[in-house]
Amino acid sequence: MATNPMHQFEVHRIGPSLSINGIDVSFTNSSLFMLISSILIITFFMIGTRKVNIIPDKIQLINEIVFNFISKMISETAGPKAKPYFPFILTIFLFILTLNMIGLLPYAFTVTSQIIITFFLAVVIFIGVTVVGFAKNGIGFLKIFAPSGVPIFLFPIIVAIEIISFLSRPVSLSVRLFANMLAGHTMLKVFGGFVVSLGIIGGWLPLSFSVALTALEILVAFLQAYVFAVLSCIYLNDALNMHH
Amino acid sequence: MELEAAKMIGAGLAAIALAGVGVGMGTIFGSYLSAAIRNPSAAQKQFPTLLLGFALTEAIGLFALVIALLILFAF
Repeated sequence: MATNPMHQFEVHRIGPSLSINGIDVSFTNSSLFMLISSILIITFFMIGTRKVNIIPDKIQLINEIVFNFISKMISETAGPKAKPYFPFILTIFLFILTLNMIGLLPYAFTVTSQIIITFFLAVVIFIGVTVVGFAKNGIGFLKIFAPSGVPIFLFPIIVAIEIISFLSRPVSLSVRLFANMLAGHTMLKVFGGFVVSLGIIGGWLPLSFSVALTALEILVAFLQAYVFAVLSCIYLNDALNMHH
Repeated sequence: MELEAAKMIGAGLAAIALAGVGVGMGTIFGSYLSAAIRNPSAAQKQFPTLLLGFALTEAIGLFALVIALLILFAF
């Protein structure tokens, strides 16, 4: 009995059906897992900071490791001017990391495998960075489309290419995360189906591959959250530190 | 030609993009390795950059997958 590997991506309603002006806002399994992730992150940090010691104990140590990891990454890619944006980048990183990781549990729903979720996150970053760029640099923000040292006859085509690559940032940011999660989880379910259909005799081969694939997916979950955060910091660096 | 057959051919052609991804992956890790063997102490500091390069190259392969799926199932 091989079930459809795409069945795991279906969003269905849990509880009563609510709607505001005809738009369906009922609680879904997607909302449930976002709620679970948020509660997990908040609880993790609350336990770690309940009694703050100078020499950290176990949970506080992990809190500090996560904190320093993101803090170092921000100061390396975006410099000291990006310090006020640290809580935002930390939230984005932890949220995506937890959503990715929770999706690996059996029967769990991977929220970041929905394109609308990743698209919204990417658009928030894109619009945020653009607004910050115009706020800090005024109309001079448009100078990022004109890199220095370009010969004058190539200028129009370079500016066109730069504008297109700037506008493709939210698309690439969202599709990278979405496609990684979609492809990984689809492969996991497909190989799980092979294990069941090959049974006792041949089932060990797809099972060992499934184990290796799950290990790879844990790495990919962390890596994609890290790459999303790093690219957000690089875009922020473009907006904040503009001295061409 | 029927639409179904054309979709299959389109999805197959979209997979050709993975050749570029393979070359890119090999280049990234190859240059990191040859530089790391020359200067092992500086290699540790560039490890996050290696992971970033790997993930960005991997993303191109996944863009090809998305195009193949779009051709197969959305048009």
